[in-house]
This record gives sequence, C-alpha cells and structure tokens, in this order.
Amino acid sequence: MFAPVPEGGASEQLFLGGMVRHDTLAQIFRSMILLAAAITCLISADVPRVGRRGDYYAIIIAATLGMCLMSAASDLIMVLIALETTSISLYLLVGFLRGDAKSAEAGVKYFLFGAFSSAVLLYGLSLLYGFAGQTNIYGLSGALAAAGLEPGHVLLVLVMVLVGFGFKVSAVPFHFWTPDVYEGAPTPITAFISVGSKAASFALLLRFFLAVFPTYEEYWVVVIAVLATFTMTLGNLLALVQRNIKRMLAYSSIAQAGYALIGVAAVAADNSLGSGAVVFYMFMYTLTNLAAFTIVILVERVTGGDQIADLAGLHQRAPRLALAMFLALLSLGGIPPLAGFAGKLFLFSAAVDAGLVWLAMVGVINALVSLYYYLVVAKVMYVDQPAHADKAIAVSRPYVYSLVVTVVGMVLLGTIFIGPWLNWSTSAASGLF
Amino acid sequence: MIPQFPVLSLIVLIPIGAAVVIWLLPKEARTAARVTAATAMGICLLLALLMYIGYNAEVNTPESDLYALANGGYAFDSDGLPNTFRFVEQYTWVEALGIQYKLGVDGISAPMVLLTALAGFTGVLISWGIEESTREFMGFFMLLVSGVFGVFVALDLFLLFFFYEFAIFPMYILIATWGWKVTREYAAMKLTLYILVGSIIALVGVLVMYFVAGDFFVQNPDLLPEGARAYSFDFEHIQLASMHGAFNVDGYAGIDGFTLAKFWFPVIFLGFGVLAGVFPFHNWSPDGHVAAPTAVSMIHAGVLMKLGAYSALRLGVQLLPEGARIHLPWIILLTLVNVVYGAFIAFRQRDFKYVIGFSSVSHMGLVSMGFATMNLTGMTGAGLQMFSHGAMTALFFACVGMVYDRAHTRDIPSLGGMARRMPLVAVAFILGGLVSMGMPGFSGFVAELPIYLGLWHGTGVSLSLGGAAALTNYYPWIAIVGAVSIVVTAAYVMRVVHLVFFGKFDENKYHLVGDVTPIDKAALIILAVALLILGVQPLVMAPMVQSSMAPIVAALGGM
Repeated sequence: MFAPVPEGGASEQLFLGGMVRHDTLAQIFRSMILLAAAITCLISADVPRVGRRGDYYAIIIAATLGMCLMSAASDLIMVLIALETTSISLYLLVGFLRGDAKSAEAGVKYFLFGAFSSAVLLYGLSLLYGFAGQTNIYGLSGALAAAGLEPGHVLLVLVMVLVGFGFKVSAVPFHFWTPDVYEGAPTPITAFISVGSKAASFALLLRFFLAVFPTYEEYWVVVIAVLATFTMTLGNLLALVQRNIKRMLAYSSIAQAGYALIGVAAVAADNSLGSGAVVFYMFMYTLTNLAAFTIVILVERVTGGDQIADLAGLHQRAPRLALAMFLALLSLGGIPPLAGFAGKLFLFSAAVDAGLVWLAMVGVINALVSLYYYLVVAKVMYVDQPAHADKAIAVSRPYVYSLVVTVVGMVLLGTIFIGPWLNWSTSAASGLF
Repeated sequence: MIPQFPVLSLIVLIPIGAAVVIWLLPKEARTAARVTAATAMGICLLLALLMYIGYNAEVNTPESDLYALANGGYAFDSDGLPNTFRFVEQYTWVEALGIQYKLGVDGISAPMVLLTALAGFTGVLISWGIEESTREFMGFFMLLVSGVFGVFVALDLFLLFFFYEFAIFPMYILIATWGWKVTREYAAMKLTLYILVGSIIALVGVLVMYFVAGDFFVQNPDLLPEGARAYSFDFEHIQLASMHGAFNVDGYAGIDGFTLAKFWFPVIFLGFGVLAGVFPFHNWSPDGHVAAPTAVSMIHAGVLMKLGAYSALRLGVQLLPEGARIHLPWIILLTLVNVVYGAFIAFRQRDFKYVIGFSSVSHMGLVSMGFATMNLTGMTGAGLQMFSHGAMTALFFACVGMVYDRAHTRDIPSLGGMARRMPLVAVAFILGGLVSMGMPGFSGFVAELPIYLGLWHGTGVSLSLGGAAALTNYYPWIAIVGAVSIVVTAAYVMRVVHLVFFGKFDENKYHLVGDVTPIDKAALIILAVALLILGVQPLVMAPMVQSSMAPIVAALGGM
C-alpha cells in the first residue's frame, strides 16, 4: 500500500494490464478504507452474535479488498468487479444477524436496491463500451471525442453511471435504502458501510468523472450541484425528526455525502482544490463517523436500545465517552477545533472558487440545520437524566483503541495536521487531471 | 535575533492547557479545579495587562508610529498599510491555501483582550460556588475564554473563524447544563443557531474576498509584497488588496454599478452584527443572557457581544470601506432602534436579569451606532464603549447572580432592601448603574459622549446613494432621538436600585440571605476599579483606540 507512487502520469502507473492504477488518490483512499476496516473489526469484538464469528471477519476482508480495488480501478471491467465484490460482501454482512427480522429485512432491501442500481450502472458502462470501443477509462475520453457523439448520448450514459454511484454514496434520490439498512445491520457494519463503502465510491466517482467526461463538464457540474443540493437538504431535514440514533446518523451520512458532492461539483474549476477538499473531507468523515458509531455500540450494549433517548445522561455515567461523542458530533457539524471545520471550509472554498457561491450558501445553511440535531443529541447526553445512572458503561480494550485513534485523529486533523493532510489530499487529486 | 516572547499565544493557549489539566483531575477534586482555573486566568490577566501597558507605552512615545496615528498623523509600513499591529507572531499553517497562524493586536483589540481577561478572571471567582460537575464547568469555561481571546488576537481570517466557532460550542454546553433550569435548553439552542447563522453566512463573504483578492494579486503581481502568496487569508494581505481597490471593481456578479464591497458589506456586517445584538437580530441575546449561569452571562454579554462588533468592524468596515460608506447610513437606523427600544423594554421588565439583558441590547446598539458615524470621534467612542460596556455588564450580571443565588428569585417587585444584607453588591450595582447612565467621572461618560458628539458632527463622508438620491445629513437627528435612551436608562437603573436594593427588607422571606463571600467581593472590586480608572483617566485608553481607528476612518474617507 505504501509502495512509492511511480512518476510520470497514467502510463507509468497502470498495472495488471491497465486494470488498476497505483497513484496517490488510490493510496490515500486505501489508507482510509483499511483504517475503517481495522476499526470495524476492533469495534465488532464485543458485539453479540457477531464478534466471535470467523466468517464475519472473512467477509469484512473480502469487502475491504473490493473497496481497495474500487479506489484504484481504471478499467470498466475492474470497476464492475470491484463494485460487486464490495456490494455482495456487504449484502451478506448487513443480513448477518440471522433470525433478527430487522437485519434480514435490511439485507434484502440493500440487495434489491443494490442489484437494481448495479444493473443500471452496468447498462451505462456497456453503452460506454459500445460508443468508444474500449474499456480502459483513461482511453475512453479520447475515444469518445473521436467518435463524435451527440452530447445527448453521453449525457444518458452519465446519468446511468451516476445512478450506480449515487446509490453507493447514498445521494438523494437513490438514498431510500440507507436508513433501513443502517438501522437493521449489525452496528459495526453500519459504521463500515457509512465510511468505507462511501469513501471508496467517492474515489471511484472522482476518478471516473474526471477521466471519462472531462469535456462534458458543463453538464455534470450542474447535475452534481443539483444532486448535492437535494442530498444535503433532504438528508438534514429528515435527520431532524429521527428518534433512533442509527437512523439519525444514516440521514446525517446522506447529508455528509451531499457536502462532499459540493466538492465534486467544484472540480470543474480546473484546480485541485475541489477534489482535494473531497479527499480531505472523506478522511475526516471516516474518523468522525467511526468514533460516533463506537459510542453507539457501547451504549447499545449497556442499555439494549439504540434510541437517542438511550444516550440520556451519558455525561454522568461516562464523562469521557460523552466528551468523545460530543466531539464527534461537533466534527460532523463542522465546529473547530475538529477536522469537520476545516473539511467543510475547504469544500465551501472550492465552491466559491468555482463560481458556485449559491452552492456554498446552500451548504452553510445546511451545516446550520445539521448542527441543530447534533446539538440535540449533545443536549440529551449532557442535560437529560439517565434511567440507570448507577449502571457504569464498561469499555473494553479494543474500543478504547478505536476511540483514541479516531478522536485524536479528529483533533489533530483539525489543527496542526491540516496543512500536511491537505497537501496529501491535493496531490492525490492533482494526479487525476 | 531573539525570538519575541509569545505573549499572545500564551494568552490563547494557557486556558486550553488549563482545561486539559482540569479534565484530568479526579472528579471529586472541586477545589483543585477552581484553583487551576483561577490560576490560569490570573496569569492571562497579568499577561494581558503587560501587553496592554506595552502597547500603551508606544502610543505615548512621541516618535513612534502609533503616537503619530493617535495624533492626527499617518504612519505606514513598507506596503502602505497603517502600521498598527504589535506583538505579531506568524507561522505558516496550511501552505497550500495561504493560512497562517498569525496573531497580533492593535489599539482596538488590545483593550478587548484586557477585557476578556478581566471578565474571565472574575467569572472564575464568581463561579467558585458551583458544586455540580465543577470540573466540567471550569474546563468548558476555559475553552470558551480561549476561543474569545483567539478571535481578538487573530490576524488571519481562517484563524479568526476558527476561534469564533470554537467559542460557541463550550457556550452551548455551559448554558444548557448549568443554566437557569426553566429556559436553558431553549435559550442555548436559540443562541447557538442565531450566532452560527450570522457567522457562517459572513464566512461565505470572506471566502469571496479571499478569492477576489487572490485573483487581483495574480493580475497585479507588482503590488504583491515580496515572497507572499497571491491567495492568502492573512488579514493584512486582504487589507492591501482592499486598499488597492480590488473590491471596488464595477460590475460585480454581472450587474452594473455593483461592486463586491457594496454587495457583501451588509452580509458581513449584519452577519457578525447578530452577535453584537443589532436589531432585528437581537432576539437571542436577552434569552441567552438570562438562561446562562452567572459567569457565562458575564463573558457572554461582557465580551462575546463585543466579538460580533469587533469582527463586524474588522472584516466589514475595515476591509470593505466602500460598502460601509453606502450601507452604514441605513444600518444606523437599525442601531437607533436598538438603543431606544432596548432601553424602553428594559424599563418594563419584572425579571431582574432581563433588565440587564435588554440594557445590553441598548448599549451594544451604541457601539454599532458609533461605527456608523464614520468619523474619528464617534468610532473612538465606540471602541471605548466596547470596553466600558463589557466591564459594566460583567459587573451587573455578577451582582444579579449574587442576589439570585441568595434570594432565589429575580422577580423585582418581590425583592427589596438587599442593600442591608449585601452592601457591597448594592454599591457595585449602583456604580454600574452610574456608568450605564453615562455619568461624568465614570467610563460610560467617556465612551458615550464621543459617540453622541460624533453623531452630532454628522458623518464624515457624503451621504449620497450613488448620486441619485442625495440625502440631507440626518445624523444630528439620530443623536437627539438616541439621547432619549439616556433618560430611560437612568429610569430603569434607578427603578431597579430602588426596588431591589432599597425599600423594605422582608425578614421572614429572606432570613437566609447573607452577605457575599470575600471571593465574590474581590471580583466586584476588580471590575469596579476598571470602570473607575477609565472614567477618571480616559487617557489610558482613548489615544490607543484612536490610533487604530484613525486609519479606518481615513479609508472611509472621513476625518
């Protein structure tokens, strides 16, 4: 993974017959995914019916492999294989709690939605192959230009591809599966889907759109800007009314995908700030969401419930856990000194730089709305009285590691490491052009 | 070269360090938490005093740049910017975007840093009696103070926003957890959302300035200081672009006769104005102040509202003078509503704390009004008013908190004769009241007189809206209407003094009310002394504020 990236652009960096590309983008997203997978395994340790099963971890490894390939895929065939490897493993993991009706329902739902969107994506990719006559995404752009297609045809492909990726990042209107799956799946898997799968999909989205459709920017910038607007707004508005913490985090993760899409829309400005901001944002989001889910798991185990009300009085029962959760929520809400602030600021800067001031405005208003429901959770933890104040929350070793890594990462990424991390992210992005 | 003693960094970082130390203490160690917090704040106060004295010494040194600025002269550094910032520390933070860790103070922020230190130190003293989760309270309080210090000393716009938002979350928790049980959740949420909505909309405006300034320097590389990046969040860098007219290019957003300054000034000024309590965005402020625990009310009304006014001045008026000239003449009408309406509302409150809450709305209106005079007299008055009102309100809220802690009610008609049991609180409150009314010999007079004088002189710049509708100078009328508030202020202060501190003391009802502790007394005395010093000897602050206001007024085209 940390093998040095070869110099000299795409031609030097393609491996396995052009199937994968080893560049900084792949490297940074791979570190994100591996981190997410490692922490998922750590926080699975004490979860009943999951933590002691070998096959569970084996499937996580398969899913991780798929995600790593997604972040590096540079051929239509590899795109599809990687996507399916990831998806099928995740379908299994979501429905892993056999006998639990919610988990089974979530598994089926995820599978049906996933299969449908994969089919649309596959159709789009096959059209693309039909138009251009080749499968390597770095050759497609030239071949499409040479084929002299009408923009309408390319737009059709673009929309189909967007359906596939939109499903994976849970962008509105392809988000319907998200809350049910997040609620039903074993919680560590919810965490894993919310960060790993999303990060890998953003890697693929960035790579694919920049490589294949660079000449059609005026279309996809508008399409993605509109998609971002709806995704943020709907995600945040629906999150406001949730009572279940996992469903709230599901809608929040939809909204977070919307923010990241701002950066994707801003990529058109021909500078690397937009994509650099997306990469930075995904890294911060990975750390933050994992921290939040770690605490959800710990609380769930003690109280047996996953309602927001179950967090009541966490401050009195376990002040350090409450503080960690509070920091995670603030990071999601974009408050310094946590990484979320810098992440959002870079995204909005990128939008302003790209001339999308209105999109930045929509983004900041949404950030405000989101802060409301994050603060409601904070209020529940700090102000409300717990039902069983005396019941201590035991935190075993793996969870301590997970929390320390994520919380420290969140704070460092929001303060002294902003510079180096942004440089890394930007260099990842500059390889795309 | 000997590296300069990083006084500002220490002021910002010591409270954060103290918060970490406090959180590592065992839960039962209440006294240790209090002592740690008080020590940290004490060191900060000492450093802030040293910094203040150092700056003031230069203002009073006849051959220095600051002396020249304070006395009608001009002094520029090599780039042509007014040379007002001192104690500057600069380190690169995010190279790729031109973000620095850059701190410094000028004559406007130096008094604010001192004020924050005063309010922070006395706030810890006032909170000595908090028994419920003392450790967490002190920790969050330290973070809040650190964020406030940060905004006043930040010379990088990214850093400024960083601290600005950073100050908000400890406040939410402090109010929601330790506040007045009846309204705390509602008030904490309302306050947080109000403040954030203003600041993040202003943030978009700042991002626009950042990119426009960067583009400007890319097109005019000869204007760029040596070794600087074109795109930078450095305050002085953007100020330089502003000075060269980067924000006054006609045809902004494709509209003729529109410039960036004209478009974004009201957004930025009013965005920060939310925190300064500018009408009609003042609504959060009385609720927030009342719900907050005493120390937080002190910081909040005393310092945080200044944060809004200060940022509106720095990022709005100072960076977009062209926009200020167009928009401040109507914004002054909003501030007039603040001043007069706030005073009237304060008069008819039953709740002791709401009186002070609305009096803050009224007095903060004077600060914004002072900015809107756009002449040196009025703006200097506004700078002084920020300090004077800060210390005064902190004193007021401290008194209210002490009465409430003992009598367990803030209902004005049912209180009475408190001066018998807590004479010092009564004296302190009356002193604050005299400041509030603007009595000569107290800091309120020193601050408010120049504001009204400035209004009376009228604006230093011509009041025309794009040449179309030339207006007569209506500023003197505003001074006349605004002066009504002085009478109303006197009325509500005397009403409260009369009903709460004098009159009949109900022995049966309040037999448990005793005198305040020596620690409380120390806090009151510190604040009262600050108010008196400024009132008796305004020269310790006025020239300093003037030295930094002068270049702003010059950029506005006033006198």
